[in-house]
Amino acid sequence: MSRLVSDTLTMAERNIIRLPRQPDMLLGFTVQPIMFVLLFAYVFGGAIDTPGMSYIDFLIPGIIVQSIAFGGFATALGLCEDLGKGLIDRFRSLPTARASVLAGRAIADIATNTLSIVILLITGLIIGFSFQTGIGDVLAGILLLLFFGFASSFVFALIGMTASTPEAANGIGFTLIFPITFISSAFVPIESMPDVLQAVADANPVTHVVDAVRHFWLGTPAGDAIWASLVWTVALIAIFAPLAVRKYRSAAAR
Amino acid sequence: MTQAPQTSGLAIEATGLTKRFGEVEALRGVDLRVEPGTVLGVLGPNGAGKTTTVRILTTLMQPDQGTARVAGLDVVRDAEQLRHKIGLAGQYAAVDENLSGAENLTMVGRLYGNKRGPAKKRARELLDRFRLDEAGDRLVRTYSGGMRRRLDLAAALVAAPPVLFLDEPTTGLDPRSRLNLWETIEELVGGGTTVLLTTQYLDEADRLADNIAVIDHGTVIAEGTADQLKGRVGGDRLDVTFADPAHASTAVDVLASLSSERPVASGDTVHVVMAETHGAITRAVRALDAQGLEADDLVVRRPTLDDVFLTLTGRATDTGDGKEGDKTDDQARQEVAA
Repeated sequence: MSRLVSDTLTMAERNIIRLPRQPDMLLGFTVQPIMFVLLFAYVFGGAIDTPGMSYIDFLIPGIIVQSIAFGGFATALGLCEDLGKGLIDRFRSLPTARASVLAGRAIADIATNTLSIVILLITGLIIGFSFQTGIGDVLAGILLLLFFGFASSFVFALIGMTASTPEAANGIGFTLIFPITFISSAFVPIESMPDVLQAVADANPVTHVVDAVRHFWLGTPAGDAIWASLVWTVALIAIFAPLAVRKYRSAAAR
Repeated sequence: MTQAPQTSGLAIEATGLTKRFGEVEALRGVDLRVEPGTVLGVLGPNGAGKTTTVRILTTLMQPDQGTARVAGLDVVRDAEQLRHKIGLAGQYAAVDENLSGAENLTMVGRLYGNKRGPAKKRARELLDRFRLDEAGDRLVRTYSGGMRRRLDLAAALVAAPPVLFLDEPTTGLDPRSRLNLWETIEELVGGGTTVLLTTQYLDEADRLADNIAVIDHGTVIAEGTADQLKGRVGGDRLDVTFADPAHASTAVDVLASLSSERPVASGDTVHVVMAETHGAITRAVRALDAQGLEADDLVVRRPTLDDVFLTLTGRATDTGDGKEGDKTDDQARQEVAA
């Protein structure tokens, strides 16, 4: 067990120290979310009616959830690359705990997600976002985001190992995550959507997480958003972690 | 059913390994035996089963049938312990481009279970030894192909494993880097490491290997020392090229005295398997000159893997030119069986 922990930390360290050395990748976690915040706030913001709060207050929790949902991209691209370059073979030929490759990825994603959250919150605070709740609630919201991001890592791990090239993984990821995050309460009130989309958005885990974070940060009514997002996150992990581990075993044994 | 541990004393012993991928039979019963401290060269064309064999022996893949022991440990049942005793350097230079050389080696050391301090120290030792000390703190993506291979080999040696697997270690390297890598491998073997080396190049196996196993279509079709194999392949080759293809066909008769086999003309070139290399060029030139045949080019070369395959299987390594292939194939198998 201690081997699993130390191997996982070694893998996580590797994934984290290589990140700043891939400037294009780092842009994805830093400049790109800021750009999204500014575009949404100032291009769409004026046209979207958000009753009871300013659009910037409405937007920041939503855009942070989107950025977290995309947070596993480093995992998808990294695993795809490692498989192609034979690094997974090297790791498997070492007396290393089996689960450490995937676990190390998930831990590194937590670090990059934390970075994204901090950058987006600072951007938000600069352009007028303000918390309406106490520090405890704010931290609870951040913990929920990181937990949701952890689940997203396994979805992306599966994508990364299924895709034949990093470019393909990129394509699959975007095609999957964009509709899921847009047909939700992240950017516009659900009530403004056509009926069919409202039904989709109501069932969407992203909606639950966004609503729960708004509750923690803005004091909006939680409804069943908190437990629904926890159930969804646990379910995603329960489904995708074993699938990712199985795929890892078979992909690596090719 | 318990099986008493075998005490064969062999560093690598594989018996009847088979592996199938869907319709493809990658291995059809591979047997290998390697004495400790020696080098086995596994020679074969692409797709012959070399890499699959290495993957099974390094615990990356399980055989469908057959057994294998490396360093006395079963590759399936004792896989965990075995991973402490083997090093693997593959054909892809499996190192992280976005880490420095030192970081790569330290990471591998940590994954062997070493503490950070000793892992760093070992990384420095290996960087020195592989002439990467100056480049050790640079990112690997700035390295040349030869430097990456050296780093890859260094990574395989972090735990000073008694058995080392090198899967086509020099494929794609320029001649100078290749020579460097050969010297490094020779040093290792001098230190008592057992090495299994796969290669497509006969000269590589010839230089590095104590014994050679030739693999084709998932089975070992010939085994022996380099000299024994070359004995089957025949001596050095003389290739003479003429401007006029008609001269080439005439030259077949003229050059026949150099060889116990009849030379072969293909297009404007005559290929001669020389019975005796010593003085052969002089005799060839005199004979051609006496007949007024003017050669444009004249090359003496060592037998290549192509020649081994032509002789053992009756076909070239890549293009299956099936003329008299079946007959020679059977002959080769009988020879091996004998």
